[in-house]
Amino acid sequence: MSASMTQRHCRPGSLALLAGVVIAAAGCTSADASRLGSTAEAASKVYVPPGSYDEFYAFMSGGFDGQVGVYGLPSGRLLKHVPVFSQSAENGWGYSEQTKPMLATSYGQVPWDDAHHPQLSQTAGVPDGRWLFINGNNTPRIARLDLTRFETEEILEIPNSAGNHSSPFVTENNEYVVAGTRFSVPTPQRDVSIEDYKEAFDGVLTFARVDSVTGHMTIAFQIRLPAFDYDLSHAGKGPSHGWSFFTSYNTEEANTKLEVNASQKDKDYVAAINWKQAEQCVAQGKATTEPGRYAHNLMGDDGIARTEWGSSVKMLTPAACPGLAYYLPTPKSPHGVDVDPTGEFIVAGGKLATVIPVHSFSKMQRAIADKAFAGEDHGIPVLKYEAVVAGEVQNPGLGPLHTEFDGKGYAYTSMFLSSEIVKWSLKDYKVVDRAPTYYSIGHLMIPGGDSRKPWGKYVLALNKITKDRYLPTGPELSQSAQLYDISGDRMKLLLDFPTIGEPHYAQALPASMIKDRQLKMYPLMENKDPYAAKSEKATRVERKGNAVHVMMTSVRSHFMPDKIEGIRVGDSVYFHLTNLEQDWDVPHGFAVLGANNSELLMMPGQTRTLAWVPTRVGIFPFYCTDFCSALHQEMQGYIRVSARDAKVALKWNSPSYAAAEKHEADDHDDDDEHGSH
Amino acid sequence: MTRTSRLVVALASLLLLALYVAPLWRIELIAPQYPEGLGLRIWVNQISGLKPNDLNSINGLNHYIGMRAIDPEAIPELRLMPRLIAAAVVVGLLVALAGRRWLLYLWAGVFTLGAVAGLADFWKWGYDYGHQLDPHAAIKVPGMSYQPPLIGSKQLLNFHATSWPDIGGWIAIAALGLVLAAAVLEWRRARAMRTGPVAAARPLGVLA
Repeated sequence: MSASMTQRHCRPGSLALLAGVVIAAAGCTSADASRLGSTAEAASKVYVPPGSYDEFYAFMSGGFDGQVGVYGLPSGRLLKHVPVFSQSAENGWGYSEQTKPMLATSYGQVPWDDAHHPQLSQTAGVPDGRWLFINGNNTPRIARLDLTRFETEEILEIPNSAGNHSSPFVTENNEYVVAGTRFSVPTPQRDVSIEDYKEAFDGVLTFARVDSVTGHMTIAFQIRLPAFDYDLSHAGKGPSHGWSFFTSYNTEEANTKLEVNASQKDKDYVAAINWKQAEQCVAQGKATTEPGRYAHNLMGDDGIARTEWGSSVKMLTPAACPGLAYYLPTPKSPHGVDVDPTGEFIVAGGKLATVIPVHSFSKMQRAIADKAFAGEDHGIPVLKYEAVVAGEVQNPGLGPLHTEFDGKGYAYTSMFLSSEIVKWSLKDYKVVDRAPTYYSIGHLMIPGGDSRKPWGKYVLALNKITKDRYLPTGPELSQSAQLYDISGDRMKLLLDFPTIGEPHYAQALPASMIKDRQLKMYPLMENKDPYAAKSEKATRVERKGNAVHVMMTSVRSHFMPDKIEGIRVGDSVYFHLTNLEQDWDVPHGFAVLGANNSELLMMPGQTRTLAWVPTRVGIFPFYCTDFCSALHQEMQGYIRVSARDAKVALKWNSPSYAAAEKHEADDHDDDDEHGSH
Repeated sequence: MTRTSRLVVALASLLLLALYVAPLWRIELIAPQYPEGLGLRIWVNQISGLKPNDLNSINGLNHYIGMRAIDPEAIPELRLMPRLIAAAVVVGLLVALAGRRWLLYLWAGVFTLGAVAGLADFWKWGYDYGHQLDPHAAIKVPGMSYQPPLIGSKQLLNFHATSWPDIGGWIAIAALGLVLAAAVLEWRRARAMRTGPVAAARPLGVLA
């Protein structure tokens, strides 16, 4: 087994060619069998007995699936798939009337995204278990999830951005989440030739303020920088608190064939942004107000999402705000930028670099004070490499991307091309251990590993390619995560598990921080949805022109009402389903024959609304889709749909009907009276 | 009555005041689907869930077997009991104040009868809930009734039901115990006093 692993590892398929072009010196790494430990030892370390809990919650981005996967560590068990940017037909997220506004953007309804980097909120530089932020890369957005409900509460669109990759990367007390554009575009957007890239395009960074109580995000200011690609970011901490660091590649400012044209310079940059300086400049009125339309979607206390529209932003430029931005030369096309727990070291992963540069924050401060500049780029001071670099990790491997820290003086860097994790010392920048990954690791994650206090027990590799690791499933294979024990001197591979979507970055925290704060149900009596029926007596059906509102309840094991007549083809029928249960883990579902959107899941005490436009005459059953009880299969009902011009009266079977019928009869009497006048 | 007996009877009365803030009885239900359990607390004036929504949940589950919903509003005892307890406190204090032995005997008897009647009434409610089932119920198990135990445990379909006095119940039992103990002590003291001189004299008599 070890022989075949070593073999595979030394010949990473077609990538070997690319690796060979970049550098031949590093060679392949050896994987010896001893690091695996015995199977029994590894198994016992990840075994969580039935009924027991995992030690950590891990939040893994879904990548192209636009969601967040919540896994338990060390078992690797999937606990929840939380819908964020992408509609989820399973529970109606983005389909139900209450949640549709969450996906509103200035481009219209964008029901999907590419979600990359989850970030736990922090207090004093340590995950505090309040919120999880995650970026939407395609249609620039940042979402905030509440960690008592594991639901998305807020989505803020980022204007003047065209690919929100270097985001959200919180500052040490959630002062800001950031959003740097990966794709530079003209700002404000206008019709120009792509050839005019260097003159007309900008790269904009956004700082969104996070309310310390509610978590609500507001765009505080934006910074217009040269038209580079702003790739990743991390905030300073401790001594470097007040700064945020962004990698920027394509400093060549190429607008086509970037794989060659943006790989010409030996060094690109880490952009160091002094956001405290930015705050001062904004306060001094040095920012200009520029147009920028964006949606700000917020889930209300009533469980209904609403969109507020923003129309302008405060824009800063380095020229108007000296001291705002500096460039740290960094080899080569850097990807990740990671700040160690002390806040002193800034590690950049130059994906085409032969070394891992480690910048020093204190040296950077001195270099700024001494004006140790190598020159300027677009008016922004470029610090001398020697004046800021603390050291270089030599021969780390191929394709360094991201670095996490164990809090014990070591850094762990993912190597995409040589497909391994490299452990090195922050004291002397010497590699002390390396472990293969299967295959092509992207991000890696140590619980709290980008914070001031890592829980340095495990490192999780998030791999891009699985090939032969699991039972094959046709051309499309899952991505994979691999868990390594890092409690000893050497990394030990413990577990290998497939993931949903493509996890890019991940975050984790001890389960004890949030597990006892979980909401079990929504208090029915506090339900503020205007269409909620909080008891079976309150259920009713109302017609307003072509709109029919059905205020329906679900409780084990029936709907009220469960017979509705008088619906006509072309009506807009709104099923407002209130789950009357006040019992933990008793959701009900709702589905109607031929629904063109989705089903619904209603949590106990919650109201959710599904819109339905019947297109043909007939009898339409509806039923509960979430196996709720012994009589779940009996939880069903019928709707009669009549022709557009039919005279079938609205009728339903619930206690309110008799009253409504009487009321209607009275109305008719009134009509007659009016008619006689 | 001795000073001690009067104090004990007064203390027993005052203990009963605790019933206004402490539940009398608790019924706990455990099922495979309810590892965290469901339960009821019975107070002098209300029935509540052990957890905020337990009463609702229990009523929801009971509808499968056709048991009628437990509606505290429909149980007149819950309006009567606070008054009876208040009367018991006053009567007990008066007995202690009066210090008459025969009043104590009477009070001990009435208190005991009241307690027995209360338990019998509680059993009757349990019996009615458990037996008066809707003939159209979804779940009908021939020969099965669902009366919870008065004290102890019982398996009712998938639920394991346990019924036991709660804090208030134990306090009431203690109060009754104190009154009975006072009555017994008084009775023995009285007998000793009545027969005391004779008994004391008897050995002498024997000797004589």
